[in-house]
Amino acid sequence: MQNQTPVLPNGKAQRIRSVSFKDRFASWLPKLVMTPTLLMVMVCMYGYIIWTALLSLTSSRMLPVWKFIGTGQYGKLFANDRWMVSLENLVVFGALFILTCLALGIVLAIFLDQKIRAEGALRTIYLYPMAISFIVTGTAWKWLLNPSLGLEKMFHSWGFENVQFDWLVDPDRVVFCLVIAAVWQSSGFVMAMFLAGLRGVDQDMIKAAQLDGASMPLIYRRVILPSLKPVFFSAFVILAHIAIKSFDLVAALTGGGPGYSSDLPANFMYTHAFTRAQMGLGAASAMVMLGGVLAILVPYLYSELRGKKNA
Amino acid sequence: MPRAMKNSASLPQRVLRYGLYAILLVMAFIYLMPLWVMLLTSLKDVEEIRTGTLLSLPNSLNFDAWGKAWGSACTGGTCEGISPYLMNSFMIVIPAVAISTILGALNGYVIAMWRFRGSELFFGLLLIGCFIPFQVVLLPMARTLSFFGLANTTAGLVMVHVVYGVAFTTLFFRNFYIALPKELISAARLDGAGFFRIFWRIVLPLSTPIIVVTVIWQFTQIWNDFLFGVVFSGYDTQPVTVALNNLVNTSFGGKQYNVDMAAALIAAAPTLLVYVFAGKYFVRGLTAGAVKG
Amino acid sequence: MKKLKYCLSGLALSVAASVSQAAEVEVLHYLTSSGEAAAINVLKEYLSESGHAWKDFAVAGGGGESAMTVLKSRAISGNPPAAAQIKGLDIQEWGDLGFLTDLDDVAMAGKWDSLLPPVVSKVMKYDGKYVAVPVNVHRVNWLWANPEPFRKAGLGIPTTWEQFLEVAPKLKEAGVIPLAHGGQAWQDATLFEAVALGVGGPEFYTKAFVDHDEATLKGAEMINVFKTFKKLRDFIDPNASGRDWNIATSMVINGEAAMQIMGDWAKGEFTAAGKKPGVDYVCLAAPDTSGTFTFNIDSFAMFALSDDEASKAQDKLAELVMDPAFQETFNLNKGSIPARMGMNRAPFDSCALASMDAFEASSASGTLVPSVAHGLATTSQVQGAIYDVVTNFFNSDTSAEDAVETLARSVKAAQL
Repeated sequence: MQNQTPVLPNGKAQRIRSVSFKDRFASWLPKLVMTPTLLMVMVCMYGYIIWTALLSLTSSRMLPVWKFIGTGQYGKLFANDRWMVSLENLVVFGALFILTCLALGIVLAIFLDQKIRAEGALRTIYLYPMAISFIVTGTAWKWLLNPSLGLEKMFHSWGFENVQFDWLVDPDRVVFCLVIAAVWQSSGFVMAMFLAGLRGVDQDMIKAAQLDGASMPLIYRRVILPSLKPVFFSAFVILAHIAIKSFDLVAALTGGGPGYSSDLPANFMYTHAFTRAQMGLGAASAMVMLGGVLAILVPYLYSELRGKKNA
Repeated sequence: MPRAMKNSASLPQRVLRYGLYAILLVMAFIYLMPLWVMLLTSLKDVEEIRTGTLLSLPNSLNFDAWGKAWGSACTGGTCEGISPYLMNSFMIVIPAVAISTILGALNGYVIAMWRFRGSELFFGLLLIGCFIPFQVVLLPMARTLSFFGLANTTAGLVMVHVVYGVAFTTLFFRNFYIALPKELISAARLDGAGFFRIFWRIVLPLSTPIIVVTVIWQFTQIWNDFLFGVVFSGYDTQPVTVALNNLVNTSFGGKQYNVDMAAALIAAAPTLLVYVFAGKYFVRGLTAGAVKG
Repeated sequence: MKKLKYCLSGLALSVAASVSQAAEVEVLHYLTSSGEAAAINVLKEYLSESGHAWKDFAVAGGGGESAMTVLKSRAISGNPPAAAQIKGLDIQEWGDLGFLTDLDDVAMAGKWDSLLPPVVSKVMKYDGKYVAVPVNVHRVNWLWANPEPFRKAGLGIPTTWEQFLEVAPKLKEAGVIPLAHGGQAWQDATLFEAVALGVGGPEFYTKAFVDHDEATLKGAEMINVFKTFKKLRDFIDPNASGRDWNIATSMVINGEAAMQIMGDWAKGEFTAAGKKPGVDYVCLAAPDTSGTFTFNIDSFAMFALSDDEASKAQDKLAELVMDPAFQETFNLNKGSIPARMGMNRAPFDSCALASMDAFEASSASGTLVPSVAHGLATTSQVQGAIYDVVTNFFNSDTSAEDAVETLARSVKAAQL
């Protein structure tokens, strides 16, 4: 039986003198409380992951059929040009999206932190895109980025005939359009997180640094930003989560086009599993997606959570 | 708080200050643009949309599209606009937010203050598990729900949202509670208070900021969800996102962009209003430590 | 006298309704535009007159993509809807998995075999028995043209691809976009199959897209098709990517573009804009395809239900769908033609009548081919593979030879 020992201020563990039924029950209580979540996680997350892994080893077409064929689906997957394009897109999109959101978020947060008038209004303006679903975001930006309907046409009608903004119809540049729309949606939230973080920075350290004669930029770099590391962590996790899950955005903004140059793995998976009746292949693609995500996330989580054990 | 020195004399400082405002305003404009475009489009006639540009102002404030989107546009066999579906969405969102918040609070409380062997590991597992692409879980979840007799019911859909929301709610609460002083708990324990007493009397009252953050986050995520809504709801309990999709995606037939935009704005209204009015508490809640740990 | 007649029939109906058990029919579909909704409401009314209730379950988007996802999860959780809008060979796949019910009783009573051309009834059957009922027939190989730009440039509307390739550059010079197109995968595929049918002919088309004969897929004729297809790229505007089909149609309506190759649902756009066939717009068979008919059928497949009453309601629904009254209303609203023969031709306009004639003629002469772009020719796996090759080819610098190689390979892989 595990003892869970509350930690006293002096750091020593409190010894439990008598092990009555009440005490035993009390020590099991926290675990009991977590049990529903534990069950949900085991079944609905890891259980389903295992289910998907098994499915990826079958020849399922429209519905799951448990005829095992080994790793054939994976072979098929990596011989599929569209899949390779979507993987590449995910890397490009993910990296640009996360970096831009982080950069924009912290810059806006720093700016807003400068005792701005109308900070509340500005903050709401940067934050509200989060409230909008990705489908609506994709549709609105599809209009804006369309050369013949949106921004390019607007610039032309204002007299700037040479402005070209046709990334949406260019197979090599269309991923950047995805990034633009996604950053618009999520950067406000990152900004809010950083703003909160900035407001929680230890004032004494800053005053001390100022007394030492350090300039503002230096103070930012050496004192403030490092203390925001936990916020970077949380923001990274949330942004990575959004990037991997990006499905609605692609469906609404480009439909995967032109051709399939803006396809992302989540869309590939959905199309093949459901529309094209290739469940086995879809499951294989989902496992690869998951594997990729875990490869990046697990080390990061491990290092961060490890460090927090003493927090 | 690092202050840009509001020196009335120094010119470079002034310039910097104006530059700051300028940048912020330009950014604000960019952020507002899509919403502005949607609003303008919803007030134009279909002809105007075809012939004008995106940012051209409507000839007259025509609210017809709004009326249609609210009450008479077709979302399938029924042509009652999307207003009936707002109720369905609330019926789904409110229980789901409540349950996932409560669970998140309890879980966060346990992980932060009643640590046992494996609790951190469990937390890590929880975080990783939430990266599973949702499309993947559609079929097994359908099986599971029917096993419990919850297939195509609102209760089933609520359960799905709770399952996939609890990872984030736990994250928020755990980060918040970790920052609370340990003395509070240990003092209460010495006084003989038990698990739930401490939670109810001490921890929960302090949790207002983080509850606000969690509720707003969950509300937004669940309200805007389409995938689970379309697959797990019944024909009479479809959420507003499904109705909006039906309204906008007419496969064969004229597209009325003004009605589409109006409907999208109506569907987004609850979440927008939440952010407009509660945004301040959201940031306050984040400041109080939702994501610091 | 008339009043009495109505009274009596009303009485009879209500008696009949109360005698027959009322049941619910849950119908999953993606017919969400106002015209389609009007047509569905006709069905709803007829159904409720016979004492059953229609439970509407609409899931729009992607030509049925989301609807199919929902259907699959419903099926796997053990409670499929009573009827679902399923197309083409998917019907057989569902039948294969054992989900569909047998409609032969209704079919015998209604003499469906005599009312539906064999090509159509084949799609509606699984294992020789009817499992689905068609609501309409779309002709996909249409060319829609605005005669104004042609008149102004002194050109004739093309009826062969050779003529098309002559006329198009001249139209371009005159400042008109020769071909209005929307850069979405299904539209690329629709254009492609029109080229394939025109350049290669119906036998080639069938061999390649229905039989998947490898030699045909890899052969010189296919390379020719791809080359011609690529040439069309010069005649669409550069902003075509992602454009919805109806916006492309509106380009033809307002004279910005001269032609569009699209199925008969495009007619609805012209009608909605108040244009008259033969006057403001012209409907012709896609170049080199006059005498052939590429068909696309919307249909409702019926799922096996355990409830007897619900089964009876399903049968009634199937019967009503084949009823001339419904077929007329639905197709007048949608721009397609009735699936069944022996209909009153009076309410239909000239393009629809031309379609009906072509349907009967090509059925007789064996030049009635299923649309591969719309899921009637082959399974969704193969269709997906073809989509990818075609849309990628159209939007990149891939050579026709490479594309043909890839086509043969992917089709083969998708069949495993």
